Amino acid sequence: MIPSIPQPKSFRVLYGSYVALFFIYLVMPLAVVAVFAFNDSMFPSLPWGGFTLDWFFNDTEPRLGLFHDGRLLESIWTSFFIACWVTVLSVSVGITNAFLFERQDFPFKNVLYMLMLLPLVVPGVILGISILVFSSTIANWLESNFGIDAEFLRPSTFLVVMGQFSFIATITTLVIAARLRKFDTALEEAAQSLGASRLTAVRTVTLPYLKPAIIGASIVAFLMSFENFNTTLMLVGSDQPLTIAMYGRLREGSTPELNALSLLLMAVSGGLALLSVFVQRDST
Amino acid sequence: MKLQTATRLTLLLLLAPIFLWLSILIILPHMDMFLISLHEKVGLRTYELSFANYAEFFTEPLYWNTFARTAIMSIIATTLTLLIGFPVSYYIAKMLRGRAKNFLFLLCLVPFWVSELVRTFGWMILLRESGIFSGLLQWTGLAAGPVEMLYNDASIMVGLVYTSMLFMVVPLVSTLDSLDDAQVEAGYDLGGNAYTVLRTIIIPHAMPGIVSGCIVVFMLTLGNYLTPVLLGGKDSLWFTAQIYTQFITRFNWELGAAFGFLLLGLSSLIVWAGLKLSRQTLTETMG
Repeated sequence: MIPSIPQPKSFRVLYGSYVALFFIYLVMPLAVVAVFAFNDSMFPSLPWGGFTLDWFFNDTEPRLGLFHDGRLLESIWTSFFIACWVTVLSVSVGITNAFLFERQDFPFKNVLYMLMLLPLVVPGVILGISILVFSSTIANWLESNFGIDAEFLRPSTFLVVMGQFSFIATITTLVIAARLRKFDTALEEAAQSLGASRLTAVRTVTLPYLKPAIIGASIVAFLMSFENFNTTLMLVGSDQPLTIAMYGRLREGSTPELNALSLLLMAVSGGLALLSVFVQRDST
Repeated sequence: MKLQTATRLTLLLLLAPIFLWLSILIILPHMDMFLISLHEKVGLRTYELSFANYAEFFTEPLYWNTFARTAIMSIIATTLTLLIGFPVSYYIAKMLRGRAKNFLFLLCLVPFWVSELVRTFGWMILLRESGIFSGLLQWTGLAAGPVEMLYNDASIMVGLVYTSMLFMVVPLVSTLDSLDDAQVEAGYDLGGNAYTVLRTIIIPHAMPGIVSGCIVVFMLTLGNYLTPVLLGGKDSLWFTAQIYTQFITRFNWELGAAFGFLLLGLSSLIVWAGLKLSRQTLTETMG
C-alpha cells in the first residue's frame, strides 16, 4: 500500500475517490456558508434569490448589512479586546514557562509539568464553571467581610479573559518551549564571554531566536481566544463577545448577515493561519 | 555565593507566573467547585455538608441517562472519526510526496482555523428543512416534499465527527509519516498481503498516534456544547447542556458543580485508561 508496491487500478481509483470525497466533506459546510452570504433573500437557505451585497453594506432594517450593524460591530470589538489581553498574558507566561522548563532544574519539575498540561485535559465548560464558582466565592467573601463590591469578579469581560488564559497559556508554553529546546546554549555563552550580562544575552540572542515561535504562539492564542465559546459562555457578562452574540442570533433564526460575518471571519482566520504557517516554515 | 543567589532569584521569578496561574485559575477553582458540590441547601443561605447532589444524580433517571448517552455518543463519534480519518491520513502520509502532500495536509488544517460556530452553521444550512440536501433530494425527485435532517442523533454525529477530524488527522499523519517504506515492502516480500501488512506493521506503528488522537477527540466531544445543542435542538440531551441549565437557567450551582465533577471524572478516567492501555504518559501524548 505504498507507491512502490503495485496495486490493482480499481483499488487506486477507489482509494483516490474516497480521499476526494473526504475533502468535499471538509469544504462543503464552509462553502455553503460563504455562498449564502450573497443570497438576495431574508434567509440563508434555498431558494436562491440572486446575488446581492446587501448583507455586507445595506444600512437599513430589516436588511441590515454587517458593516452597519452596531451591535455586531461592538461584539467584534469586545472579542478583539479580550483576544489582545489573552494573547499578551498567555504569551508572556508561555515565555517564562519555557525558560523554566527548558533551563531550570528543581524538585518536582515533572509534577509541575504534568500540572501545566492539565488545562488541556479539562473540558472548557468545566474550566468556565470552576472559575465562575471560585470568583464568586471570593466576591461574596469580600462583600460580607469588607463591604467591597468586586464587580469584576462577577461574570464580566475580566473573567472571560482569565478563563481563556487559563488553558491558552498551556498551548503557548508548548509552542515556545519546543523552539527553546532546539536553541544552542553555546550562543548565549558566547555573548556572555564577549561581555554581555546574562539578561542582555537572553534579550539580544535568545529572544530573537524565539521570535518565530512567539509570533506563531501569538497568532494561535489570538485565534483560540477569538473563537472560544465553551469557557466564555459560562463567564460572559453584559458585553457579549462575538461568538456569544452569533450563537444568540443562530438560535433566533438568522439572516444571511451571519453568513457575511462568517465569511469575514473565515477570511481573517484563514489569512492568519497561512501567515503562521509561513512564519514557522521560515524558521526551520 | 553571589552567583548562587542570582540563580535562585531567577528560578523564583520564573516560578512565580506559573504558580499564580495554576493555583488561582486551575487548582483552587476546582477545589472550590468540589466543596460547593458537597453543599446541600437546607434553608435560605444555609448549607450542610452532604453527598445529596451526587445522590440526586443517581436517583434522577434524566440526569443519569443524559450522562450515559453523552458518553456513548462520544465513544461512537471517536470511533467514526478514527475510521474515516485513518485512510485519509495514510494517503497523505504514505501515498503522496512533496508539494501535493504538504498542500493536502494544509487543506486538512485550514477549515479548523475557522470558528466551530461557523462550521456548525454550515451544517445547519446543509441539513435543515429548507437546506441544500433537502433541496437536492426534491430536485432529483427522491423526496416529494422538504426533508428535515436536522435535530436528530445522526446530525449531531455528523457535526461531532466533522469538528473532531483535525485532532485525529494531525497525530495520525505525523506517526504514519515516520513509518519507513522499507518495513512495508519487507512485509510484502515476506509474503504478507495488504490486510496482514496493515494489521501487523502499519497499525502497530501508528498506535501512539491512534491513542493520542482518540483521547483528544473523546475529550473534546464529551465537553462539546455548541454542536449537540445547535444540531440536536431541544432533544440533544448533552451533559454539558445540563450543566449549563443548572448553572445559568436554574441557578442551582451545587448540583451543577456536582455534574461538572462527574463529567471531569469520566473524562479523566477515559484519558487515564487510554494511556494505561497503550503504555504512554500524558507528557508524551500532549507534549
